[in-house]
Amino acid sequence: MTTSFAALSLVALYSAMAVYAIAFVAFAIDLARRSVPAATVPAEHIPVLVVAGGTSTHEAPGRTDSGPLNETTPTTRAHSRASRVAFALTVLAWLLHLGAAVLRAVAGGRVPWANMFEFSLTGSLLIVGVYLLVNLWVDLRFLGTFVIGLMLILLGVATVGFYVDVVPLPPALQSAWLVIHVFVALLATAFFALSFAASSLQLVQVRRESKPTPAVGRFARMLTTIPDAQSLDVIAYRITIVGFALWTFTLMAGSIWAERAWGRYWGWDVKEVWTFIIWVIYAAYIHAKATRGWQGNRAAWLAIIGFSAVLFNFGIVNVFFTGLHSYSGL
Amino acid sequence: MPALGLVGWARWIWRQLTSMKTALWLLVLLAIAAVPGSLVPQRTADPNGVLQYFKNNPDGARVLDSLQAFDVYTSVWFSAIYLLLFISLVGCVIPRTRHHWIALRAAPPLTPRRLSRMPVHEAHEVDVQDSGPVRAELVEEGMRLLRRSRYRVVTYPEPGDPTGASQSVSAERGYLRETGNLLFHVALVGILATIAIGGGYGYIGQRVVVEGQTFVNTRAAYDSFTPGRFFDNSMLDPYSLTLEKFSVQYEVQNPKALGMATDYTARVSVRDQGSSQGHTSSIKVNEPLSVGGTEVYLLGNGYAPEITVKDPTGKVVFSDTIPFLPQDANLTSLGVVKVPDGLKSQVGMIGFFYPTQAVAANGAFYSAYPDLVTPLVTFNVYTGDLGLDSGAPKSVYTLDTSSMTQVTGRGTGIDSLQLTPGQTVQLPNGLGSVELTGIKRFASFQVAHDPTQGFVFGFAIVILVGLALALFVPRRRLWVRINTSKTGRLVLEYAGLARGDDPGLAAAVTDLAQRHRSRFTNRD
Ligand code: HEM
Repeated sequence: MTTSFAALSLVALYSAMAVYAIAFVAFAIDLARRSVPAATVPAEHIPVLVVAGGTSTHEAPGRTDSGPLNETTPTTRAHSRASRVAFALTVLAWLLHLGAAVLRAVAGGRVPWANMFEFSLTGSLLIVGVYLLVNLWVDLRFLGTFVIGLMLILLGVATVGFYVDVVPLPPALQSAWLVIHVFVALLATAFFALSFAASSLQLVQVRRESKPTPAVGRFARMLTTIPDAQSLDVIAYRITIVGFALWTFTLMAGSIWAERAWGRYWGWDVKEVWTFIIWVIYAAYIHAKATRGWQGNRAAWLAIIGFSAVLFNFGIVNVFFTGLHSYSGL
Repeated sequence: MPALGLVGWARWIWRQLTSMKTALWLLVLLAIAAVPGSLVPQRTADPNGVLQYFKNNPDGARVLDSLQAFDVYTSVWFSAIYLLLFISLVGCVIPRTRHHWIALRAAPPLTPRRLSRMPVHEAHEVDVQDSGPVRAELVEEGMRLLRRSRYRVVTYPEPGDPTGASQSVSAERGYLRETGNLLFHVALVGILATIAIGGGYGYIGQRVVVEGQTFVNTRAAYDSFTPGRFFDNSMLDPYSLTLEKFSVQYEVQNPKALGMATDYTARVSVRDQGSSQGHTSSIKVNEPLSVGGTEVYLLGNGYAPEITVKDPTGKVVFSDTIPFLPQDANLTSLGVVKVPDGLKSQVGMIGFFYPTQAVAANGAFYSAYPDLVTPLVTFNVYTGDLGLDSGAPKSVYTLDTSSMTQVTGRGTGIDSLQLTPGQTVQLPNGLGSVELTGIKRFASFQVAHDPTQGFVFGFAIVILVGLALALFVPRRRLWVRINTSKTGRLVLEYAGLARGDDPGLAAAVTDLAQRHRSRFTNRD
């Protein structure tokens, strides 16, 4: 029984990866097309004055420093066919991916996040899930290649390097805190992943925008079709603070669990250390956003370093460091 | 450079220290400084790792030790960073609290002269002639709408109107954002102070208890004990705890996990000080027992063979259950028996225990399964001086063989002793005999008393709530102004300004504008 569900889960996961791969290509085609000068559709949404039975006396909206997401994208393009296909495929792949996680849960009779393979399975599911969800508010299609690419790498490493059979939970993991603490940590990671993507693009945009003469070439043209550095800055910030709040909770829930399991809520165990380091880096990021001289590039670098620390904590500390958190299952 | 004088310098340093830039650098430094503690074993978290490090690389270890690399989180440099950070924090929070206190009582600011300069601005001309009563009504309506959305609202007379009859509406909301921010930062200080001061009143200790044994919560009963700075023995509540039974469940169905332990349960009976009646309870991993102001945690377990040693006349000279420390997943375990008195010479034995003994191709024994299927103990026997009289404390888990002679096992010509339960074998040289009387299990418990936990938890909640408020409550100002167009019709102006990030600002202005004008727009 267990084995057959686990096998089905893998089938679903490989199917999801195949569809992700096609979606990745479609996203890439969309980006490539953007670099071809196209008839751009005029911005569909600029908060223009709506006149109630009178004439307009409105001026162009001032530039805001807080709400530019809808307004400052230079040209809002109608979504290309490639991008629509890519998006639909991503949703399809995500549903297969979700199926893989659910089947894995059924196979184990427990939550599917108790070893490295399962962390990767569910963590990447959450990354795409959050990506799709955030798209309901902010158009993040331009990040598709980035996010789905990251996804394929993660799932590739997970299936090749981390796969383990379904085994029962050891007593140390039999706790409600496994459900809460690890899930929220993975969710926070998903937000940090998006913030990493947005911040990286932000740095690219800053470079482009700071050139005295507009660069020519396909890549440069493509860049003009995605949000400018300042919009990316705002997008990254809003995504990061959600991640930070979740990470704060992760750290606290982890402490409570550590107290239940080991008799102390904090002991500078290797995993605790890295959770703390990540928390401090993102606290620094938030401060940077409010500190003169640190906004923009430096803050973006902190977000990138922060996510690198998350990856390090996940991929290196879990697997290669010895500590109390030896749950990789490898 | 201007002469600042002592006070001037002090002020300058204080201003630098409490600036956002310094705080930011200190945060970055704190993150960096925490890294080495994860690369090098730490004395508090992994003392054996430190010993091993010294053994493998004594010179490097000495250099690292002089840099406090094995005690990073209590080191001078790490402490310096976080103490500076917290001084900076206090210096930053105090003036901000003062500011916020004033802001909380202040009215929203004067309506800006030109609302079109604000980040979000809308103007609408409506097909209604301007008149005093309409104006008053619109101001009233604007105030009502804003108040209902929980804005603090005032009206200001328009500078262009000397009569003071026409007014603009100024509103502000989101004071909780700054309140949350201050709560967050203050609670950080609270946690640090609680740990620094309160931590001194706690203690933590470990004790191995074999089935049937009783542990009494006194300092001498612990195998290891770490008191806080302000600890004294009277803080121990001398309850007693007896390990009645330790049971383990193994996975027997899943072929991929055969023999994996899926449950550990320690059945204990506890007797509080002064009560004659004990009560039974159980302790599991993740489910500690609260007793006598302490929490008792189940940290580990293993086997404890019962060994009886007799002299050649058959008189019992030693009888004890000896906890053997597990060495692998199938509980191959290592233990030491020391017989100081009663035999011709002192005897020490290093033993291996195999709960399910199996033989590898090369003839070596190993354990194939963690439960008791074919249990076997083997002993290498040493005679000579156990070194117990030197006064230096000796671990019960190690045997110092430096002044002893090996008499069984490899190189001695006599095989190691092998014992199954109930079996007796003779010691070499007519020393006497050894019997494996039985096999019990042991549990290792951690006992912790931490009076600060509740406070830390409380501050953690404040941190979380404060953070949520500080990050997600939008703080914004909205204004409503009523103008007249050249043709004498009404022009309604709305504007908004955010303080800090505010994704909803534009929507808030649009929404206000729509609802405020609805009486005009609904008509058509
Ligand atoms: C233990 C060290 C500190 C940590 C972990 C920390 C963390 C944070 C976090 C998470 C935030 C964002 C949430 C909020 O707005 O409340 C924040 C904001 C802020 N912190 Fe700190 N902080 C620390 C020290 C300091 C210090 C020393 C200062 C003053 C020099 C300071 C000044 C501020 C200010 C002004 C904000 C608001 C920033 C904004 O408007 O976005 N913090 N801090």
